Amino acid sequence: MKKFLAVLHARNMEFLRDRSALVWNLAMPFMLVFGLAFTFSGGNKDIYKIGVVGGIGHLAQTAPKLPTTQHLQFIPYDDLDIAINKVKHHQMDMLIDVSAAPKYWVNTSSPNGYLLERIIWGVGADKFERQAVEGAEIRYVDWFLPGILGMNMMFACLFGVGFVIVRYRKNGFLKRLKATPLGAFQFLFAQLISRLLLVVVITTIVYAGCNIFIEFNMQGSYWVLLLVTTLGAMSMISIGLLIAAHTASEELAGGMLNIVTWPMMLLSGAWFSLEGAQPWVQNIAQLFPLTHMVSSARAIMNEGATLAQVMPDVWVLALTSAVFLVIGAFVFKWE
Amino acid sequence: MQAIISATDLVKQYPGVRAVDGINLSIPQGICFGLLGPNGAGKTTTIEMLEGIHQPTSGTVHYKGEPLGARYREEVGIQFQHTALQEFLTVRETLQFFERLYHETLPIAEVITLCSLTDILDRDTRKLSGGQRQRLLLSLALINDPDLIFLDEPTTGLDPQARRNFWDLVKLVKSRNKTIVLTTHYMEEAYALCDEIAIMDKGRIVSQGTPAQLLTEHFGDVVLQIPGEDAGGKLMEMNIGAVPAGELFEIKTNRLHHTLQLLMDNGINLDRLRIRAWTLEDLFINVTGKDVKP
Repeated sequence: MKKFLAVLHARNMEFLRDRSALVWNLAMPFMLVFGLAFTFSGGNKDIYKIGVVGGIGHLAQTAPKLPTTQHLQFIPYDDLDIAINKVKHHQMDMLIDVSAAPKYWVNTSSPNGYLLERIIWGVGADKFERQAVEGAEIRYVDWFLPGILGMNMMFACLFGVGFVIVRYRKNGFLKRLKATPLGAFQFLFAQLISRLLLVVVITTIVYAGCNIFIEFNMQGSYWVLLLVTTLGAMSMISIGLLIAAHTASEELAGGMLNIVTWPMMLLSGAWFSLEGAQPWVQNIAQLFPLTHMVSSARAIMNEGATLAQVMPDVWVLALTSAVFLVIGAFVFKWE
Repeated sequence: MQAIISATDLVKQYPGVRAVDGINLSIPQGICFGLLGPNGAGKTTTIEMLEGIHQPTSGTVHYKGEPLGARYREEVGIQFQHTALQEFLTVRETLQFFERLYHETLPIAEVITLCSLTDILDRDTRKLSGGQRQRLLLSLALINDPDLIFLDEPTTGLDPQARRNFWDLVKLVKSRNKTIVLTTHYMEEAYALCDEIAIMDKGRIVSQGTPAQLLTEHFGDVVLQIPGEDAGGKLMEMNIGAVPAGELFEIKTNRLHHTLQLLMDNGINLDRLRIRAWTLEDLFINVTGKDVKP
């Protein structure tokens, strides 16, 4: 424990005293959140999203003109409750259920829903049974906040740990530690905890700081959100440790980190929703810890999801953390 | 005297290169043992196998009669040739950091005094001079009060004053009955510090013993140095093996009395004659050759 705490303290001091890196780690997410909040505050979209329960093919048989109408995006859903919830929160403009007698759900406070209702009446869906739902809109900023913070955490975790360890190996510091009784697991675990503390604290500061001005939507528990955030960070740090476990080349490490970060950035739902994407894309996205962290954080913040409801994501994040850390310790090379 | 560390038939084979080729060593407790050799001779590979940093391809290393293990990590101190420290820490914090990595340590205050670090305790380790940095690295090697200390070219790049200060420090450490294994390119350093030396070349030990023993073994003769202006052209005509060496002529002889008599008989002015002692550098060149190493 003494050795672990020594490495943890030394690494924390190194990070906190590196003022340029510290300021950048704090300033970057603030700038992203505010920049994107203002850029996309209008929330203008040029297509309408319609969820379909019962199959899009069946919808085409029921109202043939509807699926061919331009600027409408049809997204298949299996779970009616989840889909209705999306309409409640303005994440979807309308829901149509053609599994039995055709019905559609529209949010009475949604301007898009109002317009879309009139569009579908003109293309053969005027006989569908109308179901009204109510619910406050989830602003774009509330939707993308978990994504933007998650992505900032991803970079801080992967590159912050990966490059540091490669630098330690390249300049001989790891070799010096190898000459002491310090074990690989103690060293790696200390690196993980050090980076975890810093990332979680910085993310909390950024969230709290932005919240003063933007007042984010928060329907669920802050403790569950903290748990998901912590496990997500642990999982991504463990990936960084695994990547850095063997190489002494910053170029190679950078390439490997990019191979991991780019797909996560594009496919984890941080920037845009993957609803409506090809199933294989959605399946690949499930491999990434960022996907689980962002989706569960969104569910907690915007839909008030409980711990039990996000437990599958929690398990995935905990297991990937443990697996990557153990493999990283096993293949770790001091030189 | 019982060996604190010994190596038997130590071999390190890299693809296409046999860096260390069957080395046998036995280093007694309490001495300073010097490992010398030209670049690429296999010194660092050998010392890193002794340190337990690299595994030998074959052969064994024993510390106090036992194979290297967890106990070894606790009881050995190492100063590498190239190393870095955790950045943004002061000298004091760096000492505290390494102190916490060991079960048993010297009091930090004692290490600070021993290595003369008092004046730089609160300085960022990135801002130390070469000599200060080497003193800090030595203090880290001493923090666990090791019985065996490895110093891999510890004074390379230091100015003469800092180097001599470091020698004094090493002598002080040695006076505490510590065993030191030293590699160096500086022959005067080896001569000043080492009780026993081994010279390596091409992965093998080519000569081993105390400096005095080796000089006696390899050089039975002496070198006479006579200024060229005193000798005139006569020396070359006398056919006694005189060779020009700058402004001097050098004559190697193992019959000193006879040679001096010959010089006097030929009217050579001996007022400024000097007898040069053989050095470890001469020995080094003698056993490893003058050729540039690949």
